[in-house]
Amino acid sequence: MASLIEISSLSAGYESNIVLVDINFSICENDFIGVIGPNGGGKTTLLKVILGLLKPFSGTIVFNEDLLKRTRIGYLPQMSAGDISFPVTVFDVILSGLMINKSVVARITAEDRKKAENVIGELGLGGIKKSPLNELSGGQLQRMFLGRAIIGSPALLLLDEPDNFVDATFENDFYQKLHDLNERMAILMVSHDVGTISSHVKSFACVNRKLHYHPSPEITNEQLSSYDCPIQLVTHGRIPHTVLEKHD
Amino acid sequence: MGGSIFQYDFIIKGLLGALFASITAGIAGTFIVSRRMVFLSGGITHASFGGIGIGYFVGINPVIGAAIFGILSALGVEYLAVKQKIREDSAIGILWAFGMAIGIIFIYLTPGYTPNLMSYLFGSILTVTNADIIALGIMSVVLIIYFGIFYRTIIYISFDEAFARTYSSYVDLFKYITTALIALTIVLNIRMAGVVLVISLLTIPPNIAMIFTKIYRRIVIWSIIAGFLGTSAGYAISYFAGIPVGATIIFTLVIIWVASKGIYFVVKKMDVYWLSDKTELKTKT
Repeated sequence: MASLIEISSLSAGYESNIVLVDINFSICENDFIGVIGPNGGGKTTLLKVILGLLKPFSGTIVFNEDLLKRTRIGYLPQMSAGDISFPVTVFDVILSGLMINKSVVARITAEDRKKAENVIGELGLGGIKKSPLNELSGGQLQRMFLGRAIIGSPALLLLDEPDNFVDATFENDFYQKLHDLNERMAILMVSHDVGTISSHVKSFACVNRKLHYHPSPEITNEQLSSYDCPIQLVTHGRIPHTVLEKHD
Repeated sequence: MGGSIFQYDFIIKGLLGALFASITAGIAGTFIVSRRMVFLSGGITHASFGGIGIGYFVGINPVIGAAIFGILSALGVEYLAVKQKIREDSAIGILWAFGMAIGIIFIYLTPGYTPNLMSYLFGSILTVTNADIIALGIMSVVLIIYFGIFYRTIIYISFDEAFARTYSSYVDLFKYITTALIALTIVLNIRMAGVVLVISLLTIPPNIAMIFTKIYRRIVIWSIIAGFLGTSAGYAISYFAGIPVGATIIFTLVIIWVASKGIYFVVKKMDVYWLSDKTELKTKT
């Protein structure tokens, strides 16, 4: 599988605070990678570096220009983003995902509207596309922001803790939707809910200053402890479940 | 009612003033209310009083002094907030009183009589000059062009600044330009409603509009209409009743706001479908 992004010996952080050290990592077509690790471990920083919002201290990040231009990265930020009481509709928010291709004098074309309609249909938002945001449920907001991330048909989709939207009813639908999208695009999903995402992702990257890549969705306790990943052990079964380490 | 040339002039001036004040206040006010910048706008208004005082003292047009003070204080607060060096509301609170203090000191130091001081505080159509009306007219055109051309960019930055930064490197530039234009709008409207009352001219019309629609573009249009109704009715009432015009306009606007709340309540009870955002747009797409 061709790689979309190659990151080598990359270090990054904020002013005097180094958050990521000597990261080597690549993202390939059709990947579905769960990024896990403790708070402050550098998960969001990694996304910022890939998005070009943060300049690394050292190291390189190389995009496969044939497959992935910067304009073809979709991004779903954390839930705190966006002023829900601002007078804007679901339709307009989804259209804003196309702004990366536009100048500041952004004109919305008929083709843009068609794309938005398609995404709205695909995500089942038809009934609320003209609704103000403060009338929506957490799950509807989550799907709207996902719509904004995918309207530009990205080759890579970055998700920052999408499970924070707190809407258990729609959680399964949401992961099913990601599974469908994964046939068209690679996905990198930051999460702290290892238990839930382990049954959906294809591989894991554990980020805690350093990055350790696990090519399978199963993580053993030995791996976790040796990598200083303070999280619970996850296994697969018919129902995904979490196995805690034996206590004394 | 003599119908003299003077009176005709006065009515035309009043109507044009009301129209341009409504357009500028409707466009800037919708932005202020949507972005919850009402307190910042109050700070800009009062800070600009410092410029009015200095204007009197050095003998230039106080509006020019107010414009300089207003824009600089607005950009200052925006800059401090972006750099996160100080809490934004504290910065506004300091600026608010500091501007008033400077204004009072310089007006006190100005020798002799300070003409029209009361009109800067409470607004007055009698002292509004043709130049003031022309300035408001130009401001209307500038705002229509600016918000018309960059509509999507401005809306999306306002809604989700962090996301806008992922695709645009012009976010801060747009924030500064928009803030400066809003400051200038406020200062020009001080001539109409005065330092004390101008903030209501900006905030009441969008709040009337928001009762009926939650779509930004429509809020702007309805704000302008509501603002024009309120200001022109306010002029008429103040003229015939012989009471201060700025206060009458604000009073009229609040009455319209309360009445709109009432109408909406009744309409909602009756479920009048054509007044709903959703129904109307269904036929459009």
